[in-house]
Amino acid sequence: MLDSKIPEGSLENKWRNYQIKAQLINPANKKKLNIIVVGSGLAGAGAAATLAELGYDVKCFCYQDSARRAHSVAAQGGINAAKNYQHDGDSVWRMFHDTLKGGDFRSREANVYRLAELSAPLIDHYVQQGVPFAREYGGVLVNRSFGGVQVQRTFYARGQTGQQLLLAAYSQLYKMKRAKKVEMFPRHELLDLVVIEGRAKGIIVRDLITGKLKRFAADAVVLATGGYSRVFRLSTLAIGCNGSAIWKAHKRGAYFAAPSFTQIHPTALPQTSEAQSKLTLMSESLRNDGRIWVPKKKGDDRKANTIPEGERDYYLERRYPSFGNLAPRDIASRAAKERIDAGYGVGRLKNAVYLDFKHAIERFGMETIKDRYGNLFKMYKKITGVDAYNEPMQISPAAHFSMGGLWVDYELMTTIPGLYAIGECNFSDHGANRLGANSLLQASIDGYFVLPNTINNYLAHALKEDHPTTEHPEFERVENEVKEHINKLLSVQGNKTVDHFHRELGKVMWQECAMSRNAEGLEKAIAQIKGIINAFWNEVNVTGGHKEMNTELEKALRLADFLEMGLLMCTDALEREESCGAHFREEFQTSEGEALRNDDTYSYVSAWEYNGGSFNLHKEDLTFENVQPTVRSYK
Amino acid sequence: MKVIFKIWRQENAASKGNFESYEVDGLTKDMSFLEALDHLNELLVSINKRVIAYEYDCREGICGQCGVFINGRAHGPHDHMTTCQLHMRSFEDGDTIVVEPWRASAFPIIKDLVVDRSALDNIIEKGGYISAKTGTAPEANAILVGKELADKAMDAAACIGCGACVATCKNSSASLFTAAKINHLNSLPQGKQEASKRVLEMTRQMELEGFGSCTFTGACEVECPEGISILNIAEMNARRTKAKWLG
Ligand SMILES: Cc1cc2nc3c(=O)[nH]c(=O)nc-3n(C[C@H](O)[C@H](O)[C@H](O)COP(=O)(O)OP(=O)(O)OC[C@H]3O[C@@H](n4cnc5c(N)ncnc54)[C@H](O)[C@@H]3O)c2cc1C
Ligand code: SF4
Ligand code: FES
Repeated sequence: MLDSKIPEGSLENKWRNYQIKAQLINPANKKKLNIIVVGSGLAGAGAAATLAELGYDVKCFCYQDSARRAHSVAAQGGINAAKNYQHDGDSVWRMFHDTLKGGDFRSREANVYRLAELSAPLIDHYVQQGVPFAREYGGVLVNRSFGGVQVQRTFYARGQTGQQLLLAAYSQLYKMKRAKKVEMFPRHELLDLVVIEGRAKGIIVRDLITGKLKRFAADAVVLATGGYSRVFRLSTLAIGCNGSAIWKAHKRGAYFAAPSFTQIHPTALPQTSEAQSKLTLMSESLRNDGRIWVPKKKGDDRKANTIPEGERDYYLERRYPSFGNLAPRDIASRAAKERIDAGYGVGRLKNAVYLDFKHAIERFGMETIKDRYGNLFKMYKKITGVDAYNEPMQISPAAHFSMGGLWVDYELMTTIPGLYAIGECNFSDHGANRLGANSLLQASIDGYFVLPNTINNYLAHALKEDHPTTEHPEFERVENEVKEHINKLLSVQGNKTVDHFHRELGKVMWQECAMSRNAEGLEKAIAQIKGIINAFWNEVNVTGGHKEMNTELEKALRLADFLEMGLLMCTDALEREESCGAHFREEFQTSEGEALRNDDTYSYVSAWEYNGGSFNLHKEDLTFENVQPTVRSYK
Repeated sequence: MKVIFKIWRQENAASKGNFESYEVDGLTKDMSFLEALDHLNELLVSINKRVIAYEYDCREGICGQCGVFINGRAHGPHDHMTTCQLHMRSFEDGDTIVVEPWRASAFPIIKDLVVDRSALDNIIEKGGYISAKTGTAPEANAILVGKELADKAMDAAACIGCGACVATCKNSSASLFTAAKINHLNSLPQGKQEASKRVLEMTRQMELEGFGSCTFTGACEVECPEGISILNIAEMNARRTKAKWLG
């Protein structure tokens, strides 16, 4: 049975009640406890710095050359908080409700409430750390709106919010490094987890400079390794983003929840060629002022600016009059796909729609628009060579975020005692669809506020146990398995590149397991992925050795895990015979093409257990005591 | 599109490096510069050769991990652009493109085009933060920061830590990088408490790491992807002098 450990009491009191009852560890004892944090994004850096401030000994790992480069850095738009600074009727309750509804009622009430409750103090925290959030002339903080909500609760630092928050977290991390409470291991990649007598006790990492495998033992292991959307290959994620840490944990016993809940973002730059390695996101904040449209005529080849108003189809405004261009992501993406598939797409490959600022510029003036989005327009120009002040941007849906991840309870602990998952790599607060600007929030809250308050409950026991050392035979065994895995990859010596197989996987996943899915397609995808796995292990060529910096080997190791993860994602999508949030099953839709959720049968979180080559499903039933699940309508 | 890449190859920190030439066909103008290198690496794998090591992560100009010298310029031919944002449309068919790692004694080469920039982290460690613990913050709007000041702090805070300023500087100075962080924090009310200590300790660390001193050539601000102004260095120096004499 999955125990989510939801505390007693009313929704408003649960977190408080939890804290009152949680165990404490005295400062002298904290010093004796070691914690490994894998990841230095908002979740990892926030947790590592805060745990170190509390007195624990922390080791923090990341694969980049510096903690400051974790992919949180790329978030542009902003971070939500229920401050109600705009006096527009916002509250913790409303934010809770928006998030739960945005996630299409596939997340836990108690978790979501806590997220909303802790959002306001988080903004206080970041302001204190020196984050240069946007301000009014009088000196107070500014807000804007994001998709799926009707209040203004998003805080931002130009178009570089994630960067500014991450740099704050990174600087706090280095402050604690200087205090000798954090030891940093950049350019180290987790390749496996060590579980001793059912508890997480350490990790095996590869030093990416020397190729050496290293063992680290600890009293608890925290994974904060970010999202896995690179399974689609083309995505808005960084090239190095991977699912390896959570996949290895999954194979060692951690349940993987809702793997197929992945978000496709409506406003990225379209793919223009086969060689493309990355899809750049254009922030959702652009939808505050930009209007999305396609020509009313199929295959209309005229230049955008020459198409008269009457011949433009502002399809989001048409279909969802009350939210219009700010409809939630899953809905906006699907609506774009619908128009593109129907033959109304624009751009060279007819795979894009327009995002137009003409009206906003007329209304607010060029200066205001420049002030709000200047750097995004600059970025657009750098990549496409086009000036979007004069003609509309071309945008297209792209894989962006994983709601799914390791199953965690209210304490953020996985099903392996002593192993925690925080930030994007867990499945916790976003249900079947994440609202914009809620993810920087979740990663930060997990790292700064939740984990440092919940980990004590476990560590209080660890204190009484033997402290693990890397001499334990289990470390030896796991390290040997990793060695074998690497040697096997290097010895295939086939004639195809790692990228070749990644492109193949990406195509299958994008075709069958992205914006819309159906049983037949998913079954086909599973067979195809099995074929790719087989081909990969027989035909891949990884040149160079393992005792050196070898970027090709790094890619191969990550892809080997993505391939297996792809199987689980399709299995999960196949099992869930309903449409909810980002998971749209074509068989389950209304006559108007809207998602048809099935609460009677599927009001649960799917948590998958690894079982050799197959997966066993466990269900965590979702109960709603405070909000009645309704049909999610944005019309 | 066809080009000739002349690329610095070096097996590891200890070995001696040299340029190697690769004729690469089948490129398109739409490809990013790094995608062209990806393509070259796939060709190398297909003839069983070791791939070229180069750095990147976000590929959208914000993480600061990419960065090489291209035809004698940090991050390539354009001002204010990262290597990952450069596209092949900036080159002509048949061009020879010379690619080298950042060259600075504080940035030792690890392999091929990859260098070690941890010296920059070491500078941050010496005060590029505000010493306040999680959980101790006052209400956010209790600290008022006027828009102009917030914008100015943001201009400096935008640094992505790529190291192009160092690589392009004939003195290998890290002044632009260091000034950006100091001015970001020291200009905000939150950063005032530790302002003097911060400027003294961070600038001292910058010298200890072996970066050269600034002679105001202005080369850095041209290559800086975030367009961080050299005026920041003057401001840092003023802050430093003030801190030295007035504490
Ligand atoms: C382009 C883009 C824009 C976004 N914009 C917004 C926004 O405006 N608002 C919002 O709320 N959210 C936004 N998001 C989502 C949000 O940025 C992320 O969900 C969040 O930052 C994730 O933080 P994290 O700490 O969980 O992971 P990350 O920041 O991705 O950090 C992962 C860390 O794990 C490390 N790591 C990974 N694998 C390994 C391994 N095997 N071994 C060792 N280390 C490893 C990495 O080195 C890194 O340090 C955006 C996302 C993208 C991609
Ligand atoms: S100051 Fe500019 S060039 Fe120097 S590290 Fe920062 S972003 Fe790069
Ligand atoms: S790869 Fe991130 S800035 Fe270039």
